[in-house]
Amino acid sequence: MRPEGEPVALDATDRALINALQEGFPLCDEPYAAVGASLGLDEAEVLRRLADLLERKVLTRFGPLYQIEKLGGAFVLAALKVPEADFERIAAIVNAFPEVAHNYRREHALNMWFVLATETAAGIADAIRRIEAATGLAVFAFPKEREYFVELKLDAG
Amino acid sequence: MPDEIDRRLILATQAGLPLVPRPYHALAERLGIAAVEVEARLAALLAAGAIRRIGAVPNHYALGYRYNGMTVWDVEDEKVDALGAAVGALPFVTHCYRRPRHLPEWPYNLFAMVHGRDRAEAESHVATIAALLGTACRAHEVLYSSRILKKTGLRLSD
Repeated sequence: MRPEGEPVALDATDRALINALQEGFPLCDEPYAAVGASLGLDEAEVLRRLADLLERKVLTRFGPLYQIEKLGGAFVLAALKVPEADFERIAAIVNAFPEVAHNYRREHALNMWFVLATETAAGIADAIRRIEAATGLAVFAFPKEREYFVELKLDAG
Repeated sequence: MPDEIDRRLILATQAGLPLVPRPYHALAERLGIAAVEVEARLAALLAAGAIRRIGAVPNHYALGYRYNGMTVWDVEDEKVDALGAAVGALPFVTHCYRRPRHLPEWPYNLFAMVHGRDRAEAESHVATIAALLGTACRAHEVLYSSRILKKTGLRLSD
């Protein structure tokens, strides 16, 4: 198992900003200035560092995190058992579906795990059918039956 | 349910908030509504749980969490809800769900994500969960992620 990607060099200010920006962002006219004030940074510095963290892919996104199920849609975890020799081709096919919100390789016979997000519950079954047709592989669907806990934060140190 | 303006607000923000000093004003201009209405609608979506939070999503690897494991457990059906809640309450578990088994090849019904800066940290988290589940758990596996193939998040189409 060789995890991809190396840690990125972050200074103490970057780490403080990442932690603060995971705590929720104010709904006021000048929110970047408000976050900066809590960290002793001016607004321009917050915007510059945030753009840089996104550019360097330390942050994958910054903005509202939508819970599509509360908006009439659905999220479903799904997996494929992809033949090793065909992995790159199948990954490209799966990633091309806009319904695929994220996709990870995992070390298991089921070696490709992705999350489908669709605007309607019926969209999930439709997306699964189209992915099966495009890949020629059976999709294992793992819809959540109960959510015990979700917390998207990580301590940046 | 969201109305048409909410839907346009979602489309305008699903890739991210504008990186300008007054982001809600920038959105208001694009949507043809007042900034105060943008802020009020986002507040209402937050209150309804339709937005989990407004904030940053970190790349685990970049923050030094190189061992990101989906731990999966075959837990007795009568006990899984009580134990799932207990596993979800562990401070290092970021997601915890009950999901269907796919027998015979997939006997696992409890999923919990753990993250470690090194393998030993991740494995100590797995051991803590195993101890908590005790004999109610018949088998488990840890599926480490080895590549991020895609991570764009939700994308509704126009």
